[in-house]
Amino acid sequence: MVLDSSKDLAPAEPTGIWSWITTVDHKRIGLLYGVTALIAFFVAGLEALLLRLQLTTANGTVLSADAYNQLFTMHGLTMLLVVVMPVGAAFMNYFIPLHIGARDVAFPRANAFSYWLFLFSTIMLLSSFVLGGAPDGGWFGYAPLSTQLDEFVRMDYYAIGAQLLGIASIMASANFIATVFTMRAPGMNLMRIPVFTWMAVVVSFLLIFSLPIFGVGLFQMFFDRNFGTQFFGGGGDPLLWQHLFWLFGHPEVYVLILPAMGIVSEVIPVFSRKPLFGYPFVVFSGIAIGFMGFGVWAHHMYTAGLGPVAEAGFGVATMMIAVPTGVKIFNWIGTMWGGKVRFELPMMFAIGFVSLFVIGGLSGVLHSVVPSDYQQHDSYFVVAHFHYVLFGGGVFGYVAGAYYWFPKWTGRFLDQRLGQWHFWLMLLGFNLTFAPMHILGLNGMARRTYRYPEGLGWEFWNQVATVGSFIIGISFLIFAWNLIKSRKHGVAAGSDPWDGRTLEWSIPSPPPVHNFDEIPHVEHVDDFWHRKYATDEEGRAVRMPDVTGGTIAPETTTGGESEGGGHEDDMHMPSPSYYPIVAAFGIIITGYGFVYLPGGWVAVGVGALVTLWGFFGWSLEPVTRDEHHD
Amino acid sequence: MTSPAVETHEHHDIRPIRKAAMWVFLGSECMFFGSMIATFLLYRNNTADGPGAEIFDIPFTSASSFVLLMSSLTMVLAHNAFEKRDARGTRIWLLATALLGTTFLAGQIYEFTEFVHKGLTLSTSSFGSSFYMLTGFHGAHVAIGVLMLLAMFYLSLDGRLYEDRGLNVELVGLYWHFVDIVWIVIFTVVYLLQV
Amino acid sequence: MYWGIALFLGVVTAVEVAVPYIEALDPVRVPLLIVLAIIKFGTVVAFFMHLRYDKKLYRTLFLFGVIGVIPLFVVVLLTMHAF
Repeated sequence: MVLDSSKDLAPAEPTGIWSWITTVDHKRIGLLYGVTALIAFFVAGLEALLLRLQLTTANGTVLSADAYNQLFTMHGLTMLLVVVMPVGAAFMNYFIPLHIGARDVAFPRANAFSYWLFLFSTIMLLSSFVLGGAPDGGWFGYAPLSTQLDEFVRMDYYAIGAQLLGIASIMASANFIATVFTMRAPGMNLMRIPVFTWMAVVVSFLLIFSLPIFGVGLFQMFFDRNFGTQFFGGGGDPLLWQHLFWLFGHPEVYVLILPAMGIVSEVIPVFSRKPLFGYPFVVFSGIAIGFMGFGVWAHHMYTAGLGPVAEAGFGVATMMIAVPTGVKIFNWIGTMWGGKVRFELPMMFAIGFVSLFVIGGLSGVLHSVVPSDYQQHDSYFVVAHFHYVLFGGGVFGYVAGAYYWFPKWTGRFLDQRLGQWHFWLMLLGFNLTFAPMHILGLNGMARRTYRYPEGLGWEFWNQVATVGSFIIGISFLIFAWNLIKSRKHGVAAGSDPWDGRTLEWSIPSPPPVHNFDEIPHVEHVDDFWHRKYATDEEGRAVRMPDVTGGTIAPETTTGGESEGGGHEDDMHMPSPSYYPIVAAFGIIITGYGFVYLPGGWVAVGVGALVTLWGFFGWSLEPVTRDEHHD
Repeated sequence: MTSPAVETHEHHDIRPIRKAAMWVFLGSECMFFGSMIATFLLYRNNTADGPGAEIFDIPFTSASSFVLLMSSLTMVLAHNAFEKRDARGTRIWLLATALLGTTFLAGQIYEFTEFVHKGLTLSTSSFGSSFYMLTGFHGAHVAIGVLMLLAMFYLSLDGRLYEDRGLNVELVGLYWHFVDIVWIVIFTVVYLLQV
Repeated sequence: MYWGIALFLGVVTAVEVAVPYIEALDPVRVPLLIVLAIIKFGTVVAFFMHLRYDKKLYRTLFLFGVIGVIPLFVVVLLTMHAF
């Protein structure tokens, strides 16, 4: 038996804390990203609840102005850079190799490094609350507010923390691009890649090309604060920061939403028992969004006075970018249309995504109209818009992914009843919180102000929003409880519980360390589906007899012969390494040093040495050490 | 011969994968330097009555530009020798490249010192800030490149250059040439076009 | 071959340095210097970095960055009235 012998020779799953610290397994790193991001989600959610408490009544007294500034800045920063992006990275890490039929990502140790640097930067950013104050200049960090020196370290935490998160993301993105372009299984050409993985590629390109621009802006902010340069102050122009920031900030928006769109594009076909309607359109509109995402940044800056030509140009570009987004909406609806729709939990969240994203998308188109945007700028209308896109869109999509793939991670389903509570409470709470903000914004309530006077008629809708936000909080506590409980005690799911279409469902749950016993040979989009089903004369899917429970006999996997060197004795997985965590740790020491200049120069030096040790040890150690050969 | 352990991912020779990632990284670096060059162009006349582009010493900078350009030649010769498994040639050309890189860095330190004496510092004006930031980050890239070259040289001493490792002569070469082409742009945009 | 290319690059650099000193070239100085820089840039990328002979994938990945950065910052500089 090919299957059994290869299992004997395959590397065994190591256990223990040390094995997690030195892990280079993309699945474990994916899970680490996910758990870290979920914890950060609760922190950032707590911050949001405090903000809502403050705004419940006119002249709120829960928070001081100073605390409010720190909390809303950190809420934004944490949610965007430490929650939604890493959740995307969690799914990408886990599923890119499984989707393209690979054993791991291209650079397993760089992958581990990205995670550790992300984790340490997160801890660093959050530690600022007790180490001199958290960033308080908004997640957008506009100069000159960010370069004033009334406070000592706050925006330094922003400049350094975001910089390091960016470095981690750049490395992860280069890794994913190299993985997808060079490590696909035989037959997996570009137009057979699952849509989620396609979106991951687009996201990686967006990050690779937008983060360096942000990096330069952050360096300039940091230099202005610490070395007396004049990039944004003095003879410099604060508008430069806005350009650099939004050249990153707008592609970032698509970085946050595209993976969720990818997840939904996986979930909807499975639960409609139909192939994705117009696969190439979904892929190409994703790519189009990626390109156009770089050409609309200045619509965040209409009120800065760019002049009529620039504003008109960016207005038109912004309206255009709604087109590929709309294409995707119709593709999802077209997929459900005439399908056998099963309202399982992942599907419910996916439909929630499509519905709420449409609302958020439409209010976005309103903002592209320059005169209209003048009115809405910096009001709660904008807050409502981007929460509909990022929470109603992004978070619903990622939660759909969690319900969809939890059986793959653990071999068990998430609890149905708790899941229903989660979904309905989240849907209710979300709309109660953010729908009223449209009204508040149009009535003139400004963002980022810590209190409002009585008599403006804003109290009622603010109270509704606060109630809604606590309902969201409860729904996520239920979700967390569900995750903890179902991990060990959920209903056993088997390897292919949803009758899936993509390759990850062809292997056991949870997947073995080496993913695939035999590297699959791919012949179709949704290859796994075509191995399970043939089509009869009337075009209906007919299950093929030799496939049971989703586990494919090795003969069907590769047509009886293995491609290239897919022999069992070749199955060297990369060895664990502690150098990634050493290098990441060194960088963080350096980061703390830079925050506390000039005294911090000592830490900068120490950190640099540790980093060098980590990087040199890493680049000079062999990828697979001899003692690990069987 | 390349050891069989290179086959970490069966079907996949690891070298093209590394190169793909390096090229992506270099594309990313274009954005990084592009942002700083744009900042310099924006502030090229914001000298706040302090020194401006007139303090540039074109003959001196031309010489150091030429040094860096020639280090690209020695780098490609090192890579060539590496591919031909000529250990001695690899060693010599790696060292030559590192030396030329160090010469360039020394020239930059001299240049910065001169400019500071003439009254142009990081905080004099937006011009000074953007000039020092751009050329300084480029210098930092050169310095990292020199460190990597020396690491390669060290590995070549006992023939470990051909084992499978995260870093190899080809990747260091791509990085080094990139640093050179960035300087080609800086030399034209920052120096030649401003005088 | 590499020595020949290096010689070529050296000559182009010499021309570049000479251009600002030749008053007759003043009207075309800026475009001329930009073209010369592009020639040098392209030569190093094509031959020393072997992009001309290597996989097409590498070229695509790199060109995204090189070509992409130009329009972005031209627009930024135009809106900030830098020219």
